[in-house]
Amino acid sequence: MQSTPDEVLIGRIANGDRLAMQVLYARYHVRVFRFVVRLVRDEATAEDVISEVFLDVWRQAGRFEGRSTVSTWLLAIARFKAISALRRRTDEELDEEAAAAIEDLSDNPATALEKKDKSAMLRKCLAGLSAEHREIIDLVYYHEKSVEEVAEIVGIPENTVKTRMFYARKRLAELLKSEGIERGWP
Amino acid sequence: MNAINKEPEYQEIEVLLPWYAAGTLSRRDANRVEQALARDRELARQYDLVREELVETIHLNETLGAPSARAMERLFAAIDAEEARAPRHRRWFDLGSRISEFLSSLTPRTLAWSATAAGAILVQAAVIAAVVVKEQGSPSGPGLASAPSEGSYAVVRFAPQATADDITNFLRAYKATVVEGPLNMGGQLYRIRLSETKLPKEEVGKIVRQMQSESKVVDFIAAKE
Repeated sequence: MQSTPDEVLIGRIANGDRLAMQVLYARYHVRVFRFVVRLVRDEATAEDVISEVFLDVWRQAGRFEGRSTVSTWLLAIARFKAISALRRRTDEELDEEAAAAIEDLSDNPATALEKKDKSAMLRKCLAGLSAEHREIIDLVYYHEKSVEEVAEIVGIPENTVKTRMFYARKRLAELLKSEGIERGWP
Repeated sequence: MNAINKEPEYQEIEVLLPWYAAGTLSRRDANRVEQALARDRELARQYDLVREELVETIHLNETLGAPSARAMERLFAAIDAEEARAPRHRRWFDLGSRISEFLSSLTPRTLAWSATAAGAILVQAAVIAAVVVKEQGSPSGPGLASAPSEGSYAVVRFAPQATADDITNFLRAYKATVVEGPLNMGGQLYRIRLSETKLPKEEVGKIVRQMQSESKVVDFIAAKE
């Protein structure tokens, strides 16, 4: 049995192997993009960020120590880059986005129809969560990260990971309730 | 059924439910959750809500698409520029022979000896990623870089014993291309493009049935809109 293929790729990237870089990119670029686009809410910015993430991998592969998985390492770099990109955006842009998100959650004729579809409403409320709550829900449910891995990516203690996830779910239940869907929890 | 509702243990188990649903708890914690779920109806109901959230979070993320070719072009242009400015010291090794050595080791026998199914999944992801690069070569290859939009598609799980050559030959025979994957549903499903134009449903069904009969390479396949 081979050693972990991702780690082998990182070793080859550290030696300047472009093919290994292409394989790693092919394997992870979609997942990293989706993580970033949910944080920055803008596809063009997310594309810039993922180029920067993989360029960092090219530069820093020699320093990868294998204490976490490669995907956890990638998501930690991606998070840092996404937050930096958000800081570069003006307050005005962020205000417009916040307004759009609120508007997006309000009732309109299409929304009335969607209310009949609980799944669609759940997705809409997931999209309406704060960046902090979206991030933790995505990491746990979509990126399949353990408590320890989320703690490493986000840079918070493990107990905070658990409570943040709990409050993200609670907030989700509140948003659903405001849309007329009572889940009986919390 | 003994409720453990609202006791400290209940709260401790309750916060673990999302990780239990995602399959990322330690065996010990997973056992604790399983036992609690078996004896507490309220917790079981709560778990149903968690599962709904998990399914819709995956659905939401899967609709986000993929980056355009621009991101990859930018990345490799930046790498080229760095290498032109300051080429890094490389160890001498025969890359071609190392890759073929790695791929040739992925025989059915190797896989049969794999310690875990997860190991086999990782190995297969490596095989398919290698196939994608081998087939598409250039960093700006169309299928590698962008999300599928036009055309006809299927979702496929390759057989665990399929080697890189098997998969390459299979894709060539059907003029198909891997465009996305692994999708986040167990990590073994890949989206392949059957045709660059949208084919009639019946024709897609016929191709999918033919592919399904290739049991040496295909474990599961279904047409995908």
